[in-house]
Amino acid sequence: MLEISLSHYLTVSAILFVFGVFGIFINRKNVITILMSIELILLSVNINLVAFSSFSGTLSGQIFSLFVLTVAAAEAAIGLAILVIYFRNRGSIAVEDLNVMKG
Amino acid sequence: MIETIFFYLFASVTCLAGLMVISSRNPVHSVLFLILSFFNAAGLFILLGAEFLAMLLVVVYVGAVAVLFLFVVMMLDINFAELRDGFQRYMPLGLGVGGLLLTEILFVFFNRENMPERLDLTTGVSNTRALGRVLYTDYIYLFQIAGLILLVAMIGAITLTLRKRENVRKQSIKKQNERKREDTIEVVSVPTGVGIRKP
Repeated sequence: MLEISLSHYLTVSAILFVFGVFGIFINRKNVITILMSIELILLSVNINLVAFSSFSGTLSGQIFSLFVLTVAAAEAAIGLAILVIYFRNRGSIAVEDLNVMKG
Repeated sequence: MIETIFFYLFASVTCLAGLMVISSRNPVHSVLFLILSFFNAAGLFILLGAEFLAMLLVVVYVGAVAVLFLFVVMMLDINFAELRDGFQRYMPLGLGVGGLLLTEILFVFFNRENMPERLDLTTGVSNTRALGRVLYTDYIYLFQIAGLILLVAMIGAITLTLRKRENVRKQSIKKQNERKREDTIEVVSVPTGVGIRKP
């Protein structure tokens, strides 16, 4: 237990990932919390990538973590923009109401 | 030894903050716990020797993304208590899926005999410099595409949220440039004691 190994980091990342998925399930109505859960999931992915990169001695994991960070930032910006215009048009952000585009 | 202590500190605070993100009633508190979680994840990154990514996490996530979340949460006037109605209803399903996922992933933890040992990455080059060397040579195309993605996201966010409002006086540059001297200025010689009569 005292020597920190790769599996310790993987466990932290697994717990965070499960919290993210769990958050999507229990906050089904609140889009903002769902977006935050997605951020948690991406953070856990980043921890995984960096841990593997550090333990395998190559930098590729950190590079990919950088790209994941980029995509996460873009996703958050677009998602929140969509949320803002949705709220402006409908006056609510409940997920159940988000069915305008349903065929 | 000190590394072990710090690992458990950072890891436990990260996980607890993650739990609070999904379970706190007030979304503002959720965002603040998200920031706490990111900070501690940055600590984990430093323990792993990825200092550049740790700083990036603090700057990009805490400085930009979390503040964006905070702005949006505060800007939208929503009754958040109403949005938590299904909390009890979705709990069993979430617990089932989450527990299943956790047990599956945690097999990793109990199967740690053949985990790789930690390699010594210290080659006399700082993490930032090493990352830059790889990023700007081997991954240059990916790097450019990442920049493009950010540009597209920026333009998309701006065009989505920009709106034209009625009854707002705005500067019209075209009109201003079209104005000529003759249209606006009239030289009048004023007779004494009469003044100017408006036509």
